Amino acid sequence: MTRWRRFFPAAFLLLPTASAAVAQQPFIIVASTTSTEESGLFDHLLPAFTKETGIQVRVVAVGTGQALKIGEHGDCDVVFVHDRPSELAFVERGFGIDRREVMYNDFVLIGPQSDPAHVAGGADIVGAFRGLAAAKAPFVARGDDSGTSKAEQRLWSEAGIDPKAAGDSWYRDTGSGMGPTLNTAAAMDGYTLSDRGTWLNFKNKQNLEILVEGDPRLFNQYGVMLVNPAKHTHVKQDLGRKFIDWLTSPSGQRAIGDYRINGEQLFFPDAKG
Amino acid sequence: MHDLADALAAAWQLVVSGDPTLVAIVSLSLGVSLTAVGLASILGLPLGAALAVLRFPSRNAAVVIVNAFMGLPPVVAGLFVYLMLSRSGPLGSLGLLFTPTAMVIAQVVLVAPIIAAITRQMIEDLWRDYGELYILDGAGRLYIICSLLWLGRFSLLTAVLAGMGRAAAEVGAILIVGGNIAGVTRTMTTAIALETGRGDLALAFGLGIILLSLILAINATAQFVRNAAGRTAAI
Repeated sequence: MTRWRRFFPAAFLLLPTASAAVAQQPFIIVASTTSTEESGLFDHLLPAFTKETGIQVRVVAVGTGQALKIGEHGDCDVVFVHDRPSELAFVERGFGIDRREVMYNDFVLIGPQSDPAHVAGGADIVGAFRGLAAAKAPFVARGDDSGTSKAEQRLWSEAGIDPKAAGDSWYRDTGSGMGPTLNTAAAMDGYTLSDRGTWLNFKNKQNLEILVEGDPRLFNQYGVMLVNPAKHTHVKQDLGRKFIDWLTSPSGQRAIGDYRINGEQLFFPDAKG
Repeated sequence: MHDLADALAAAWQLVVSGDPTLVAIVSLSLGVSLTAVGLASILGLPLGAALAVLRFPSRNAAVVIVNAFMGLPPVVAGLFVYLMLSRSGPLGSLGLLFTPTAMVIAQVVLVAPIIAAITRQMIEDLWRDYGELYILDGAGRLYIICSLLWLGRFSLLTAVLAGMGRAAAEVGAILIVGGNIAGVTRTMTTAIALETGRGDLALAFGLGIILLSLILAINATAQFVRNAAGRTAAI
């Protein structure tokens, strides 16, 4: 072990460019979802927090499932994700504490303008899903245990359809993030469920557009929690709490509400005072 | 074609503007990959030469294993290093996950077998040609290994460059152990993956063009060094 300890600083010396600039600054690691990163929210939000507190936030953006796993291993200080049932289970199992709700946005059904399954227009997402299944329209699924993926699974089961059991090739499970899934949908003129933020910031839309939105079942709540320092003693609980407090404070909430793309607000702060 | 033109324009735009984020990403990429290749060479060159020269019972098995590890999928190497460095893993107390050092370690795991395997083949050929001379001289094995490595140094550059190619091009391992954290562990390849995810294909491909140019420049430099040195040393 001691030899390793001597070896690593030596390896670091060979990396003068790597982290000289950030080595002195206190930082926390936040495991979060691709939607917060790919939507550009963090690029907007984090500089404001760092400016106010001097704390650098290092974001590892993965699916909600993997983010919770990183928290479970103790490899981050804070988890910031969007799947209430699995967040509550995470807290229940003792891996997270101080869960707070921060903001919401919504999911939207994306599909080709030509809309071969004729599901556009309404606000009934479950009806639209039934229409997609009936038309066997190509549906590109995340299939990566992310918050969006779990929301999609819940909608299929509400529609009384098991798309994987259907055995047809219309349901394509890509096992990838929201962006790559949208790229796939764009390439094959397929349908997919996306969070609105990623969609608005996505630049390769091609023929895709929003077909169904506004169903209350498409509500998408984001929650933040501290990794339990009782389980992982190295968790930077003071710095992590500062981040959670700031996100739910008036200035954090205002910063979230201020983030817009082409004048459109992406996330709606809803922390309870 | 339109997209390719956009990509070239994006690449050109980034380069001429001297974008500070790009500069940081490029230096991190080069820093990580060069450090990894340096460490992997320190491990791989002697290991390959030893496999070529020494005779021991399970030597064939060792050669097969080293050769097979050339095909190690980066994502598997990344996962292995992640599990080692995770707070819940054996080296967790070092707190190295999601740092550039973690990326260096993952790339050493990937690159060292490539350098070792190619070195083994090259040194074995030299050993076949010159082995008898060394044995007549009564040279020790350690001396023979060092001497053959020196003799083959210009050819071995190819082994090192093959390792560099792998390190600079891979994304699977460093994405897992580095986390693609902006300003800390975001490299050329992880940035390309992120921009592809954002659907900004022109910017992603533009970054790809810059990465390719860098790899070309490194190889051209190596070729130049080899030619210049070859003229004086005449190997």
